[in-house]
Amino acid sequence: MIPVMYEVVSRSWDAEDVATIAVAPVGEAIVAPAPGQFTMMWAFGIGESPISIAEVQGDVLIHTIRGVGAVTAALTTAEIGEQIGVRGPFGRGWGIDFAEGHDVAVVAGGLGLAPLRPVVLGLLAEPERFGKVSVLVGARTPKGILYPDDLDAWSTSATVETTVDAAPSSWTGNVGLVTTLINKIDFDTTNGRVFICGPEIMMTSTAKAFTARGVPPQHIRISIERNMHCAVAHCGRCQLGSLFICKDGPVQEWSDVAQVLEVGGR
Amino acid sequence: MKVLLGGGELDTIVQALRMQGHTVIGPVMTNGVIAHREIHSAEELPVGVGEEQDGGRYRLVDTGTDERFAFSSPSESWKQFLHPPQALLVRAKRENGRVSVSEPEYDERPMAFFGVRSCDLAAIGILDRVFLAPDAKDASYAHRRTGLFVVAAGCANPASTCFCASMNTGPTPTAGFDLSLAELHRDGKIDYLVTSGSERGEALLESLPHRPVDADDVLAAETVHTTAVAEMGRQLLPEAPPLAAMNLDHPQWDDVAERCLACGNCTMACPTCFCNSTHDTTNLTGTEAERYRTWDSCFSLDFSALQDGPVRPAVKDRYRQWLLHKLVTWHDQFDTSGCVGCGRCITWCPVGIDITAEIAALAKEPA
Repeated sequence: MIPVMYEVVSRSWDAEDVATIAVAPVGEAIVAPAPGQFTMMWAFGIGESPISIAEVQGDVLIHTIRGVGAVTAALTTAEIGEQIGVRGPFGRGWGIDFAEGHDVAVVAGGLGLAPLRPVVLGLLAEPERFGKVSVLVGARTPKGILYPDDLDAWSTSATVETTVDAAPSSWTGNVGLVTTLINKIDFDTTNGRVFICGPEIMMTSTAKAFTARGVPPQHIRISIERNMHCAVAHCGRCQLGSLFICKDGPVQEWSDVAQVLEVGGR
Repeated sequence: MKVLLGGGELDTIVQALRMQGHTVIGPVMTNGVIAHREIHSAEELPVGVGEEQDGGRYRLVDTGTDERFAFSSPSESWKQFLHPPQALLVRAKRENGRVSVSEPEYDERPMAFFGVRSCDLAAIGILDRVFLAPDAKDASYAHRRTGLFVVAAGCANPASTCFCASMNTGPTPTAGFDLSLAELHRDGKIDYLVTSGSERGEALLESLPHRPVDADDVLAAETVHTTAVAEMGRQLLPEAPPLAAMNLDHPQWDDVAERCLACGNCTMACPTCFCNSTHDTTNLTGTEAERYRTWDSCFSLDFSALQDGPVRPAVKDRYRQWLLHKLVTWHDQFDTSGCVGCGRCITWCPVGIDITAEIAALAKEPA
């Protein structure tokens, strides 16, 4: 339960309450997280929060965090040089090899693009290993679309589509749920693989939209969010049916969780 | 190894454990209940004290005998000693912007549990599976557990709330102890048939003055067991939990939610409920911080809270989580039931909700 100390080396604001911070180890580093794994980040004297990994650059970990609670607010506003504790990496990641040889649809809602970013970077780094790559991004407002520069860069080698729930009249892009983008992409529904991350209702509706088009549920992976205090299956808070999301997740096959998520309040 | 100790000789075990450096913890009468506290002598054990337990009810009664183990499941389990209600996890200091972290030092004195009921023995085995899992070992739990010496005690007088026999966890201890006591009450005289369950248990017995066991003693202990099984107040049928898990929309969930106060007493009293929360504290100047783990309950709203609110907002959701975790998903996670049949959740529920009755109702097709 002892955190490894890191220090903030850079910060940029993605939105009013969303910051991307890079942290570098003060001494020893943790084991490099795989795409989709998470760490427990500790703000001295305030507490810990599970945080997804947006990118790994050597020993440097990059996280995009929304400051909504005491801990995440402290993490997003930490000064350059401030020390932050890190435990992990924890959990089961996306498993990019799962998509080898197939078309891939990466579907993100809001901040859900952060944990999917390493997947897209991985897919585009080795295009010969994968089929057509599509990145579908939904956000509440145009300002909520994360990593606009990345999306531009990715659009040269992947299909990138964005949509927002609501927008000012100056917005010329799509308006509607992220599921409305699915028909826009060229995707092999028989063999293609789908990675989804966002609010739970967005993930379940997206997964259902893909299965309705004939994608087998075991070809879809989602990343589940639950309350966590320990990340080692001791605090009991992250349970979903038989799963401890901290160690059995956060990434799960849709085929394994569709039923338990169907019943509310689990 | 089995030996016989006279009623007055029980203290020789307590003293031998204390000589070995153990903090001996046993059942004592306090605040109108039987609870577990440090004892310095077997004289501190309750004599001739039984209890009446029922849904939301607990009363001590005088049995008029010299039995020291006339009660059944004490108000508290042993969880508080192995998985303390509050435990320090991390100490940290911040000087000139540099943070140093350290693990707290452990209490070096090993514990001995004296008079562990069979249900509670099973509960310790279940906590072991949670906190000693190879991929998630808790260092402080492991430290406490490694030094622990366990003296079990079979139950002769199960309460009306007890159902260990149907959970295959009692009433007589069969494994997981260093020593096990069977209290024999014959012709107004008390003896203890003591069985060793480990090498150190056997070594301790050999060091004490004792008498050999004869066939009558063994028969008397067996009679205690069969009588206790026959007197077991409740039962939980093994086929009920999987059936209940199929009935997630059963009207009984709404029914129990009407009665449940979501107070979390059942989870505190339960010998296996392990869920917890972690929080930081600091000194006034903000230079020192400590991280503590404290017991928490799946009945609290905060337990499952995410940014947009709790995952389980309704009491129905939380009762269902507790019951199905305890009796169903626990099997998938830890290859055992999370329930040992001690009946504490029934006794200490302020409105007397009965887990055995609820699961039986939930297992039936809704009318």
